Amino acid sequence: MGGIFNRNFLTGFTILILLILAPLVVSTHWIMILTEIIIMSLYAMSFNLLFGYTGLLSFGQAGFFGVGAYCMALTAANISNSFWVCVPAGMFGATVFALVIGWFCVRLDEIYFAILTLGFGMMLFTLAHNWLSVTGGSDGLTIMKMPVLSLPGYTIELFNPKYFYWMSLSVVSLAIIFLRKIVNSAFGLLLTATRENSQRVSFVGQNVRTVRLAAFTVAGALAGVAGVLFAMFNRIASPEMLHWSFSGKAVLMTILGGSGVFLGPAVGTAIFFVLEHFITSFTTNWMIFLGAILVALVLLFPQGVLGTLDSVISKSEKGGN
Amino acid sequence: MSQTPLLEIRNLHKSFGRFQALKGVSLAVPDGCLTALIGPNGAGKTTFYNVVSGRYKPSSGSVHFMGRDVSGEPTHKLVGMGLLRSFQITNIFPKLTVLENVLTPVIIHNGKSFSILGSLKKRVDLREQAEQTLDMVGLLPFANRIASTLAYGDKRLIEIAIVLARKPKLILLDEPTAGMNPEETDRIIHLIKELSMKSGATFFLTEHDMKVVFSIAEKIFVLNQGSPLASGSPDEIRSNLAVKEAYLGGSLDAKGL
Ligand SMILES: Nc1ncnc2c1ncn2[C@@H]1O[C@H](COP(=O)(O)OP(=O)(O)OP(=O)(O)O)[C@@H](O)[C@H]1O
Ligand SMILES: [Mg+2]
Repeated sequence: MGGIFNRNFLTGFTILILLILAPLVVSTHWIMILTEIIIMSLYAMSFNLLFGYTGLLSFGQAGFFGVGAYCMALTAANISNSFWVCVPAGMFGATVFALVIGWFCVRLDEIYFAILTLGFGMMLFTLAHNWLSVTGGSDGLTIMKMPVLSLPGYTIELFNPKYFYWMSLSVVSLAIIFLRKIVNSAFGLLLTATRENSQRVSFVGQNVRTVRLAAFTVAGALAGVAGVLFAMFNRIASPEMLHWSFSGKAVLMTILGGSGVFLGPAVGTAIFFVLEHFITSFTTNWMIFLGAILVALVLLFPQGVLGTLDSVISKSEKGGN
Repeated sequence: MSQTPLLEIRNLHKSFGRFQALKGVSLAVPDGCLTALIGPNGAGKTTFYNVVSGRYKPSSGSVHFMGRDVSGEPTHKLVGMGLLRSFQITNIFPKLTVLENVLTPVIIHNGKSFSILGSLKKRVDLREQAEQTLDMVGLLPFANRIASTLAYGDKRLIEIAIVLARKPKLILLDEPTAGMNPEETDRIIHLIKELSMKSGATFFLTEHDMKVVFSIAEKIFVLNQGSPLASGSPDEIRSNLAVKEAYLGGSLDAKGL
C-alpha cells in the first residue's frame, strides 16, 4: 500500500514540477494550448466525480461550466473585477444552480437521470442564448475588464500568457487536491458504494439521494471554477459553453482517459486537445480523422488510456511478486 | 410478556396488480426471541420482508417497530431506527474490498457519510469497528480481498457482516443459507445462534431447511400463499397438520419434519 501511495505521489509531484517549468521552455503558442488543457481537465475531472465515482451519467455538466463563466463575466462587469471576487462569484453561482437542478435530477437514476440533466442543460443554454439584456444573447458577454489578481504587495499580470498559465495551474491544482481529498475520504467511499450498489446503500441506512445531490453539487461547483477560468482565458462567456455538445465533451474526454480513474479525464483531455491541434493543422476534414483515432483509442484501451495502462502495470507488478 | 413486542405486524396486505402476495398477515416478534418465518416457495416470505423493510409500501395494514407505527417509512429511516435486513440473492458491493463492504455501513452508523476531512485510511476508529465486525463472522483474513473474488459461502457472510456493522436491534435474514453446501450451512447457523445470544440483536429469519429451523428457532410463523397458516413453538409447528399439508404431504419427512 505504501509503495502505491509513493508512486502516485511521486508521479503527481513530477508532473506538477514539469508543468510549472513548462512556460520557460515552450513557445507561447503551446502555453496557450497547455492552459486550455489544464482548464478543461478540471472540467472533465468534475464530471468524473459524478460519472466515474458516483455512477451518475450527466449530460448537463456544461450548464454549470457556463453558469460559472457568466457569473464571473457579470461580476467583473458590474460588481468588481478583483480576481478574489470574480472567481468565488462564478463558483458560487454554479454551486447554487447545481444544488437546485440536482435536487430535481437525483430523484431518478440511470438513463432517466441522464435525460433530466440533458433537459436542464438545454434550458440553461436557451436562457443564455435568449436572455439578451443580461447574457448578451448569441454574442455572449465579452470580458472588457479582465479580473485583476493582486497578491499582497504585488499584482499579477494576467494578460501575459505565462502568468495566466501559472494562475490556472495553481487554481486547478488546488481543485484537484480538493477532489483527491474527497475521493479518499469517508464520503468518497460512500460515493463508490453508491455507484456499485445504490440499493444496498439505502438498506444500510443512507438516503442515496442526499449522497447523489452532494456529489452533483460539488461537481457543479468545480465545473463552475473551470468555466470561470475558461471565460477569462477566452475573454468571453458565450452560449456554446452551455451547449449539450459541450457536456458531451466531458463524457468523451473522461471515457477516453479512463472513468473512475482519478487522473483519467486529464489524460483524456490532453490527448483530445493535442490530437485536435495536430489534425486541424493539416486537414479541414479534421473531424473524420479525430473521430477515427478516438474510435481506435477506445477499442484499444477499453478502460480508457490511463485506466488500461494502470491495470496492465498493476498486473505486471503482481506477476513480478 | 406484557412488554410491547419489538416488531408487530397488523393485518398486512400487499398486492401486485390483481395478485395478492400477502393476505392479512399479523404477527409479533418479542425482543430477543430467535424467530423464523417459513412457507413453501412463493409463499410471500421475501415480499413480507420487502414490505417490513420499507422496500415496498403495504397495500393495507401496519408495521410497528418498537411500539411505533413505521408503515411506509423509507428504508434508510427504518435502518436508522435499528431495523436491518439481508437478501436472499447476495446483494453486496462486489468490486469493493471485503473491508470496504463493511466500512460503508460503519461510516453511515457513525454519522460520517459526509465527512470529507481527513483520509479514510487514517480513520483508525472506523477501521477497527469494521474489522471487529469482520472478525465476528470470521472474514477478517479476507479483509483486503475484492468481494467478488470470495467463495460463494463467504459472500453470504459478507451479506450478514454488512448488516451487523450497523449494530441493529432487529435483523431480518432472508434465507441466509440459500445455495450453501451443508458445511457452510452449519457454519452460518452456528454463527446466527451465537450472535443471537451475544450481539443483543433479535433475529427473524426465513429458511427452507426444516431441520435447521427446528434446531434454532424459538418461535415459528408459517405462511402459505400469502396467508398466515400457523404459529407457535417448534414442537407445535412440527405436529401441526395444516402445516404438513402445505408442505406437500409425504415429502415432509424428507424435509426433516
Ligand atoms: N415485485 C413483484 N411483482 C409481482 N409479483 C411479485 C413481486 N414480488 C413477488 N411477487 C410474487 O409474489 C409471490 C411471493 O413471492 P416471494 O418472493 O415473496 O415468495 P417467497 O416466499 O420468498 O419464495 P421463496 O421461498 O422462493 O424465496 C410470488 O408468486 C411472486 O411471483
Ligand atoms: Mg424468498
